[in-house]
Amino acid sequence: MESKIRAENLSLWFGDAPVLKGIDLEIYKNMITGLMGPAGSGKSTLISLINRMIDFEDKVKIQGSLSIDGEDILGKSVDVVGLRRRVGTVFAVPLPLPRSIFENIAYGPRLKGITKKTDLQDIVEASLKKAVLWEEVYDRQQTSALKLSGGQQQRLCLARTLALQPEIILLDEPCSGLDPISTAKIEEALNELKKDFTIILVSNNTKQIARATDFSAFFYMGELVEFGATDKIFTNPSIKRTEDYIQGKFG
Amino acid sequence: MRINPRLIDKLVSRTLSMQAYFTVGILVIIVFIIFVKGISNCGLSFMLTYPEDMGRHGGIFPAIIGTLFLVALSILFATPLGIGTAIYLTEYTKESRFTSIIRFGVESLAGIPSIIYGLFGFIFFVIKLGMGWSLLAGAFTMTIMILPTIIRTSEEAIKAVPKNLRIVSHSLGATKWETTVKVVLPSAAPGILTGIMLSIGRAVGETAAVIFTMGSSLRLPTSLMDSGRTMAVHFYILAREGISMEKAYATALVLVVSILAINILAYYTMNKVTSKYS
Repeated sequence: MESKIRAENLSLWFGDAPVLKGIDLEIYKNMITGLMGPAGSGKSTLISLINRMIDFEDKVKIQGSLSIDGEDILGKSVDVVGLRRRVGTVFAVPLPLPRSIFENIAYGPRLKGITKKTDLQDIVEASLKKAVLWEEVYDRQQTSALKLSGGQQQRLCLARTLALQPEIILLDEPCSGLDPISTAKIEEALNELKKDFTIILVSNNTKQIARATDFSAFFYMGELVEFGATDKIFTNPSIKRTEDYIQGKFG
Repeated sequence: MRINPRLIDKLVSRTLSMQAYFTVGILVIIVFIIFVKGISNCGLSFMLTYPEDMGRHGGIFPAIIGTLFLVALSILFATPLGIGTAIYLTEYTKESRFTSIIRFGVESLAGIPSIIYGLFGFIFFVIKLGMGWSLLAGAFTMTIMILPTIIRTSEEAIKAVPKNLRIVSHSLGATKWETTVKVVLPSAAPGILTGIMLSIGRAVGETAAVIFTMGSSLRLPTSLMDSGRTMAVHFYILAREGISMEKAYATALVLVVSILAINILAYYTMNKVTSKYS
């Protein structure tokens, strides 16, 4: 297994409040890694470091290192726009841009400088298919993305991220507002996608982590409590707190 | 004794609706009076012929052209400047002492009576910069006058764009500028347009500041350095000097109808454009 992302002794504070405490974590290439833990455990913050969306927060202090393919991504000189093209993000709430389905997906490729209509059409079609949405919208790509249902919007957001042709996909509780059928469709898409991408799935739903991931990391109060193969974590966790969490004793 | 709550609700609803009707009623009465008094003298020939004998006879063609140029120029100058300022204040800088000073300046500019702008324009553009009474001096003065409106409305419109849209755009590899142009401004466009429409109304209706800076020549302006007269100024002079009330009302009618037409056209265009983004 090849390492894709590596965090070493990574700590982060918002003002004086510690949010991540000395995280050491390895994310493997072409695997789905689940990050779970109760609210405030730091899992979403870790995500926002990987795509550098943390830059939009104030009073952040960071220590330690975080790298993709061995290259540091926290430094001041990092090309953040380029990084965000390598690291696609799907947010907790579906956030379509107020424009058509087609234009939503073409947004990223257009920014990259792809302008030829047929090229864009190919990308849009491929992305919609990978996100298991093509069948539902192929005949109405020019209608507003805001008219889709919540589950469809979230798959649209996944398609839009795929259209960037990133190396890594971050999903920050992507199914928190979705019904079981939409959730199943997203999980179905992810399972196909890991052939081409490295995927990180943040979720509060331990069942989803158990179903959909290869590796799991359990966070609690800013610390990485346990990390390992999902089968192992869910059948035989080595730490009591992990066991309590996945059994639903707290959360 | 307790008053029946349903009665109170009914009373309040009646009173509030009366107030709304009253406001609209005043507008309707004004438009109605202008229409009745102006329609008999107003027509295509009135709009397309030159005035004779100080405006006692003939039409208002030069005043229409003067108005058109003054408004177009000042909007042309003020819109990019105003939107640029608003973008800077909302997207490119954090709230600080500096921004509050700029905002205070903008508020203060908005509160200055137009005659002061007229005096300033006269002293600075007309005399100091030697522009004389001219379309350009008038347009510059009007630009300063309408800037605060455009800045404030644009700022509010830009602030109202959900932060999440910006975050999504950045997450898709857009720079700040690309996000501003492709996501923020299209969403803010209707609000910004409202500010521009208000500004057009202000420029079209202004007299004091215009007389001081653009003069009140009745000749057709043929260059930016020519003096000229707007419809509002023409109306003012016709009525103030008792030249012709009939012609004054006819001028007012053209003024009101053109403002209405601009409004309708602008919102129609805006709907066409923004439907792409919703």
